[in-house]
Amino acid sequence: MKKKITKTIVAALTALMAVGALAGCGSNGDTNTDTPAETSENATAETEGNEAEAEGEGEANTDLSGTISMAGSTSMEKLCEAMMESFMAEYPDITVTSEYTGSSAGIESLAQGSVDIGNSSRALEESEIEGGAVENIVAIDGIAVITDKENTVTDLTTDQLKQIYTGEVKNWSELGGKDEAIVVIGREAGSGTRGAFEELLEIEDACAYAQELDSTGGVLAKVASTPGAIGYVSLDVVDDSVTSVKLDGVEATEENIVAGDYSLSRPFVMATMGEISEQNELVQEWFSYIESEAGQEVITAIGLILPN
Amino acid sequence: MNRKAKKNPVEITAKNIVRICAVIAIFAVCSITIYMIAEGTPALAKVGVPELLFGTEWMPTAENPSYGILYIILSSIVGTALSVAIGVPIALLTAVFLTDIANKKLAAVVQPAVELLAAIPSVIYGLLGMMILNPLMYKLEKIIFAGSETHQFTGGSNMLSAIIVLAIMILPTVVNVSVSSIKAVSNNLRGASLALGASKIQTIFKVVLPAAKSGILTGVVLGIGRALGEAMAINMVAGGSVNLPLPFNSVRFLTTQLVSEMSYAEGLHREVLFTVGLVLFVFIMIINLILQRMRKRAVEND
Repeated sequence: MKKKITKTIVAALTALMAVGALAGCGSNGDTNTDTPAETSENATAETEGNEAEAEGEGEANTDLSGTISMAGSTSMEKLCEAMMESFMAEYPDITVTSEYTGSSAGIESLAQGSVDIGNSSRALEESEIEGGAVENIVAIDGIAVITDKENTVTDLTTDQLKQIYTGEVKNWSELGGKDEAIVVIGREAGSGTRGAFEELLEIEDACAYAQELDSTGGVLAKVASTPGAIGYVSLDVVDDSVTSVKLDGVEATEENIVAGDYSLSRPFVMATMGEISEQNELVQEWFSYIESEAGQEVITAIGLILPN
Repeated sequence: MNRKAKKNPVEITAKNIVRICAVIAIFAVCSITIYMIAEGTPALAKVGVPELLFGTEWMPTAENPSYGILYIILSSIVGTALSVAIGVPIALLTAVFLTDIANKKLAAVVQPAVELLAAIPSVIYGLLGMMILNPLMYKLEKIIFAGSETHQFTGGSNMLSAIIVLAIMILPTVVNVSVSSIKAVSNNLRGASLALGASKIQTIFKVVLPAAKSGILTGVVLGIGRALGEAMAINMVAGGSVNLPLPFNSVRFLTTQLVSEMSYAEGLHREVLFTVGLVLFVFIMIINLILQRMRKRAVEND
């Protein structure tokens, strides 16, 4: 009898553990599905908020339905995805699709008429504008060059920056600073910031990095703590722990970037054939959404600068 | 009683639950293996096995990308080997101290402390390495390479830092396994050795350690596995550029390669990262096979 009781207890415990294990699995599964669920919840909440707002303003026409297609810059993926998610939450009947084929390919698709919007992470070329494409700058990407606080070199020319990153200049004394080795810090291959930085300086894949870190915060922390270090980060994360270097005498500030004086920046263009006012209702709605408070918030939330 | 137990519904349910759990475990292992092979091999074919495994240029985003991971593989091997070479002797002597030298009271304090080392998350090791080890290394680097025209200064984030952090991280694994295998050595052996006139130290190194050999080797192999699979701590202290694994070079390991580039990689770049994962997976599998064979041999010897 006693044995049987023990056995029952053991069995019960086993069952309990199994249930626990299964529950563990279940909750794991939940976490996985949670994210989209949560996102959609958030989205709904946002939509409600936006709808309330829209009703107040009486502008947004949320009854529209159809498809908007975009193609172009890979660098703009983050912006496009965030904007699409936010936009489609408010306009559930409009589907926005986006392909990331590269800036030139995007404008080409636009010229051929296969997409409504061509995304370009550089200013449009004259030939493209002659072809009828209109440059609508929706956001500006700015990169700050940072050094540690102790560094006495606070002003670099673009050429000097190139020489530092390609390994031609290895000591700050060559640039008028202290006798301190330059520790060249950058981001990992595939990072958008690295792509933009190398592209703007035209030193793609010619960089000799001493450290490749996988996050903006990592670059900031390492530059702050390493004497003689130099690094690059999105403009919006620069803080007091590092010095933001002037480039060709221009300080890295939003004002200078919007004015076009600071060279380490690039426009994010959503080009259309003809002015926005000549586009179909859906595309017009897309652009007015970007201009709206919610749209502008999306842009600043991912660290980009508003063009106006 | 036996017949009765067989028909007992509780017995049957318990058996089935155990069975299901075993199936889940086996399913996990099989599906991971199949997934890694399925995801990791296409890039091998696309890039070419020699170019990928023996190429030295890692430029995945260039216009003409090259996907050579030889330096990354070498860094992992060299880093693991050297950290084991440093960590194992320290761990082994610690184990000897705990079992045969220290008095019981002291051992009762030291052993839990060593065991606690195993519970510290790797990110903490990385943080300490970054805050304490890297600045020290940078000072050393400046002294060694003073006036060097060719050396690229890394700010102390280098192979040596990674090796030191790894060596400390494998200590608890090797100590714990060694302690239990040394303790398992029969006291008769020790007594016989001492009775024959051997000193205590002679007894330890000529009798006890050889007798505990297979258990200690198991600990070493587990340590290798830990060092090879560590990502977080290395990511924080090793610099992360793809270079030859020299002591003061910024290096990238197989694990950190995955950690740092997976988030933004696309297309072939991403597929190659899966191949890197596959290479790491194969290494770990080999280590485990060695471990299993050792255990088998130990059992046979007993």
